[in-house]
Amino acid sequence: MSTPAVVDPLVSPVTPAAIRAFLGSVPSVDEVAVHARVGSLATRSIKKASKRSAIDLAIRMTDLTTLEGMDTPGKVKQLATKAVTPDPSDPSIPSVAAVCVYPARVRDAVEVVAGTGVRVAAVATYFPSGQAPLDVKLADTRAAVEAGADEIDMVIDRGAFHTGDHLKVYEEIVATKEACGPAHLKVILETGELGTYDNVRRASMLAMAAGADFIKTSTGKVVPAATREVTLVMLEAIRDFNALTGSVIGMKPAGGIRTTKDAIKYLVLLNETLGTTWMTPELFRFGASSLLNDLLMQARWLAEGRYQGPDYFTKD
Amino acid sequence: MSDETTPATTIDPLDWDYAPSVESTPVDIPAEQGLWIGGEMVAPVSDAGFDSINPATEETLGVLAEADEADVDRAVGVARDAYDDVWGSMPGKERSKYLFRLARLLQERAREFAVLETLDGGKPIREARDFDLPMAAAHFFYYAGWADKLDYAFPGADPKPLGVAGQVIPWNFPMLMLAWKVAPALAAGNTVVLKPAETTSLTALEFARLSAEAGLPEGVLNVITGAGATGAALVTHDDVDKVAFTGSTAVGKRIQEAIAGTGKRVTLELGGKAAHIVFDDAPLDQAIEGVVNGIFFNQGHVCCAGSRLLVQESIHDVFVEKLKERLELLRVGNPLDKNTDIGAINSAAQLDRIKALVAEGETAGGERWQPACDLPEQGFWFPPTLFLGVAQSHRIAQEEIFGPVLSIMTFRTPEEAIEKANNTPYGLSAGVWTNKGSRILWMADRLEAGVVWANTYNQFDPASPFGGYKESGFGREGGRHGLLPYLGGVA
Repeated sequence: MSTPAVVDPLVSPVTPAAIRAFLGSVPSVDEVAVHARVGSLATRSIKKASKRSAIDLAIRMTDLTTLEGMDTPGKVKQLATKAVTPDPSDPSIPSVAAVCVYPARVRDAVEVVAGTGVRVAAVATYFPSGQAPLDVKLADTRAAVEAGADEIDMVIDRGAFHTGDHLKVYEEIVATKEACGPAHLKVILETGELGTYDNVRRASMLAMAAGADFIKTSTGKVVPAATREVTLVMLEAIRDFNALTGSVIGMKPAGGIRTTKDAIKYLVLLNETLGTTWMTPELFRFGASSLLNDLLMQARWLAEGRYQGPDYFTKD
Repeated sequence: MSDETTPATTIDPLDWDYAPSVESTPVDIPAEQGLWIGGEMVAPVSDAGFDSINPATEETLGVLAEADEADVDRAVGVARDAYDDVWGSMPGKERSKYLFRLARLLQERAREFAVLETLDGGKPIREARDFDLPMAAAHFFYYAGWADKLDYAFPGADPKPLGVAGQVIPWNFPMLMLAWKVAPALAAGNTVVLKPAETTSLTALEFARLSAEAGLPEGVLNVITGAGATGAALVTHDDVDKVAFTGSTAVGKRIQEAIAGTGKRVTLELGGKAAHIVFDDAPLDQAIEGVVNGIFFNQGHVCCAGSRLLVQESIHDVFVEKLKERLELLRVGNPLDKNTDIGAINSAAQLDRIKALVAEGETAGGERWQPACDLPEQGFWFPPTLFLGVAQSHRIAQEEIFGPVLSIMTFRTPEEAIEKANNTPYGLSAGVWTNKGSRILWMADRLEAGVVWANTYNQFDPASPFGGYKESGFGREGGRHGLLPYLGGVA
């Protein structure tokens, strides 16, 4: 896809009326038809070489994640080690895209991955609820970037979105983007709290207009987290935003993606919605923890023709 | 993404092509097949035969018998005996057991039938597997449930079977059309002589063998193969009480002429030129899927195909752009590949017809657009095609092409959409895409079409009646309504 001059869909100063008009132009989403399309693409049969290349790509696209209160420096370092070399017995297995941790653990991860090409992503802006004053959220973001985070995963203010204060949501994203400096910004919509696909599509457009480099489904702390349906709706929003502005925005489904089969179905959605340009870790990520080992098991199966037990893969 | 990206993990995007995933073909096709009469395969009196070929490869799949008048007479005679001696007087709850058995066996052998359907007709295995066969089995299950409830289906009436039904079905959905015809006929207590289309007879013959497995009494279901002459002999046979035909409007008219004044009951499910209407407030990405499904499902060999797209003027350019992008993704090729979206055109004759109409569309001034796609060298293929700048008076906007060709026109107001949509001799189906519920109802009231789909397309259910207005035919198939054409004593 050629990249024409990037056009800003919202000219500053951005007013509530301008945002209303912008969101008003977003097409509606038919839920039944979204499910039908996802169901039909789920029947794609991915075999042999195409399966191997999908597994490889899915590993490269993984944001290997740990977001627990009991995360320790040791645990994060272990995870970061795995991110760099997911399967020490097979040098053909690539590194994952990034390690995703809380801001307090960024330095631990950076220590391990520095110079390897694996990035460090930090969840910020009072993740997962986002229920804090803006200056706290921005301080959270700056601290993570100063600690060495390459990427920031922020949460939107869902309360503001639901009450119709879209300007607040927009301005917070703009401010966080500024606080990110050189770090890339992924904007988490927490689709499980948005209620409808129409809201998901509007929130996607709002986040992209405000400067998101990626839009992301979920924190993983709310059920439902990522679904293929919600991902399709967001991919379609990315396609529209690209047609409107020329910007090429990334997508990250996160939470609940555990198997190779799942991951491949997501890649089919991506391939048949946005196409080849997006088939890269620069523009698509999986936010996951247990997915990686299943990908490794499947890769081993393709290489050796038999399944290896789960005990042969490290749990980090 | 911006330029600060760490180069270490920058990799080229994956140009991901799906490896072929070809369905295995565990089916035995007899080299030579007879006619299924009286519960067994018999040689035709005519001694004539014709080849059945795979339209995707042009390979011969076997030789089929061509039934002549003597064969038809024999089949109808056997069906009459079965009606008089066994089936017509059998209690409904007994008949229903056989129908349930047919449904279950068809479900059990669905994969085999799907493969056979794809080999014989050229449709993608994904569609045969996920639509044709499950829906065919569902029709048998549905009508099995009605067989013992006819007295309750029509309160105050005294429903009785009619006798022998002569049924002629088309080549686009061979098993599903068989189910639409055979299931209600048998449920109502009629016996059947069925003639499948000459290019797609294999599943009907296999179903005939399956009926023996189900223990269906001999002569209740008879399957005779052949072309137009065989069908004509069947529908005009004196001892056929009920004629059911699905196919072209031209043949439907000839059937009506031929049986005029004979007292035979008749239902006709004929052609269509459905309007698919997209308003500017529609869920656009889903409407694109609906439009694609509406015209490219089964290579457009669908009587209710949404072959005329009426898109509101203000979104025409955006919509056509999205549609073109979507068409680039359609996978045309080997129908047995599980990832194929568009398979082979059913026959050389049909391919010629499509080509002729498309050529004429261009001559008339329509702008043809096709995505880049490699077509196999052997077999009958036609790429998905859009026509822009189409006028109402163009033949491609008026005649049923029965292929993967969509004619695109615009409208400004709902009134204009209705006027254009109804400006056709056909009236089988229509589709409306809008976010406004009241407009859906307003449109559905005014569209002259047997089925109006709103914010969806090509949805079928055994419980939902299907059939046409105007030259798309009369009579309904599916649902309680689908029993009426096979019963006497009901209003």
